[in-house]
Amino acid sequence: MGNRCAVIGVGQTYYTTKRRDVSIAGLVREAAVRALEDAGLTWKDIDAVVVGKAPDLFEGVMMPEAYLADALGAAGKPMMRVHTAGSVGGSTALVGASLIQGGVHDRVLVVAFEKQSESNATWALSTHLPFSASLVVGAGGYFAPHIREYMRRSGAPDHIGTLVAVKDRQNALKNPYAHLKIPQISREMVESTPMLWEPIRYLETCPSSDGACAMVLSSEKAVTGTPAWVLGTAMRSEPIFRAGRDTVNPQGGKDCAADVYRQAGIADPRRDIDVAEVYVPFSWYEPMWLENLGFAAEGEGWKLTEGGATALDGDIPWNASGGVLSSNPIGASGLIRFAEAALQVRGMAGEHQVDGARRALGHAYGGGAQFFAMWMVGSDKP
Amino acid sequence: MREIAVIAFAQTKHSATDEGLTEPELILPVLDEVRERSGLRTFGFTCSGSCDYLAGAPFSFVSALDALGAWPPISESHVEMDAAWALYEAWVRLQHGDVDSALVYGFGKSSQGDLREIMTLQLDPYYLAPLGLDQVSFAALQATASGAERAELDEIVRRSRAAGRDNPYALDLPDPEGDAFEVEPLRPYDIAPVTDGAAAVVLAAGDLARELCERPAWIRGIAHRIDPHYLGMRDLARSASAAEAARAAGVGKGHVDVAELHVQFSHEEPILRRALELPDSTVVNPSGGPLAANPVMATGLIRIGEAARRITDGTAGRTVAHATGGPCLQHNLVTVMEG
Repeated sequence: MGNRCAVIGVGQTYYTTKRRDVSIAGLVREAAVRALEDAGLTWKDIDAVVVGKAPDLFEGVMMPEAYLADALGAAGKPMMRVHTAGSVGGSTALVGASLIQGGVHDRVLVVAFEKQSESNATWALSTHLPFSASLVVGAGGYFAPHIREYMRRSGAPDHIGTLVAVKDRQNALKNPYAHLKIPQISREMVESTPMLWEPIRYLETCPSSDGACAMVLSSEKAVTGTPAWVLGTAMRSEPIFRAGRDTVNPQGGKDCAADVYRQAGIADPRRDIDVAEVYVPFSWYEPMWLENLGFAAEGEGWKLTEGGATALDGDIPWNASGGVLSSNPIGASGLIRFAEAALQVRGMAGEHQVDGARRALGHAYGGGAQFFAMWMVGSDKP
Repeated sequence: MREIAVIAFAQTKHSATDEGLTEPELILPVLDEVRERSGLRTFGFTCSGSCDYLAGAPFSFVSALDALGAWPPISESHVEMDAAWALYEAWVRLQHGDVDSALVYGFGKSSQGDLREIMTLQLDPYYLAPLGLDQVSFAALQATASGAERAELDEIVRRSRAAGRDNPYALDLPDPEGDAFEVEPLRPYDIAPVTDGAAAVVLAAGDLARELCERPAWIRGIAHRIDPHYLGMRDLARSASAAEAARAAGVGKGHVDVAELHVQFSHEEPILRRALELPDSTVVNPSGGPLAANPVMATGLIRIGEAARRITDGTAGRTVAHATGGPCLQHNLVTVMEG
């Protein structure tokens, strides 16, 4: 794992459907300035900048980091651009952390963003390479059959997805940055919304958001303020077309979790982790990932959701921030999970703070449930 | 820092036209080749570089995992940059000390679209892209600013193309001729050719490198810097970021036998020579460089591979590789290798 690394600053924009008042540069700078303020630092204290975002087709700007170098104070410094599909926000944090763990830099600014209002994500996700079949279905159409298969295997009752949709939106009401704020959210309301991709209803899916998230990462000797210590980091990828892979409970996710738990000394995730920010873009992915990440045995994840274990007052709160279901600037969504995990163990999550959180998991996935990025952060130095 | 070396390098026989291969078909042979040369089947870390806009579709790197045969699942990442930066990410990852090998690859099929127009989309979308300034036009601005003499540029192209004809992987391009301008002062032959291709490199640390390779190309320094994006914010006659990256990588700490420079336009060679402070005795782009084969997104990685190859084959003792990204040499990565 290399040298110690800590999160010393977190900055987010308010997530919303359209940020017409700022350019892409203005958007990322807003998050970066807040992260620097949180760390008590200025641009000159930063050694390197790592930028992450999902496909460039989302904004129609090819390799936008070249243009964002100025706004992110990167001129004269090293700058990297990460792209690992939906997991990219998480990977961006890991690439930034790697620069510190590898002893190359002392302070790295990581920034991820999406300005989805610049285009149509479902269109951008439905174009395809020559010679490969296009489903023209976007992400929801792709993942719906996987969810249906999970329901068949586990025997989970139909309303589990609804429960997640309600819980995460209730949590979002406590998070000032969250995009969707629906005070009257209820099972009846979710169940009354249109079926988009059976079994995913409108309110069981994530919104399209504009937004950016930034973190300042630091080596041990350069820590300022309240650090969240990185306890473990891991990435895993597997091929999308491999015939034998289990797309419902992917091996890559299991391996990635096992790696990060080993580094962080986690024997029993449900017992040893206080709060988890997990990439749940469609409600059913909560029970699916509860199993994939080892919080429940196979086929049992939905019972944790149904019993309220993952609620803010449950024994293992998932997505106290409201999660991807409440805010989804795609390229930033993974970084937000990692940043919210850090906020929790720094005790700085505000109204959605989980009392006494000392160890937190940040998780992101992408592609055809084939790219995984995870980290564990803690309040105690490893 | 931990000792890391390039121990294997492979590239496609690059083509000037679409040969009907998909990206996974393009990379599979070079992946097989570096596996065979290094003797490694699995790697502690894998990282690649590619660009969705070349393929005209999102996630152009996803199908590469099928060529890779990423099973059981692998520790892997991707940069939307030239694969030279994927190598940098892998070098950083190897510094952690828990893994000893890394596979790096990059690929691009610029035959699929109009590269000159596509590269315009890399500009600031509010203030620059709407001006319609395409890649060759802004390169021409830099060529003018650099004050390079026509005779010097002609000689660079002649030398690069001749070297390319001797390189089985590069294109066979004739000696430059004709006095028409593409965009003044650049002639068509000053511009790197449209090329499809891929490349792969294996990195190994310390004892593993010594065990697997007779003459590992040890990375003694590797650093990169980015300049401001706006052309008006820079002195286009110089490359401040290339000079700073070269200093950080320690180019000047010894004699450079060979330098492989990411020269996409002939006038960039003198700018880079000055920035890296290379003496006349340094042989530049003996492979022909990008002016003889420019598979975008792999071109920078090929510079590292070619510079490493001169060490592994014993023909050079100390080499430098340069990779670039962004308009007018905005972002520059410099790698110093020794035997």
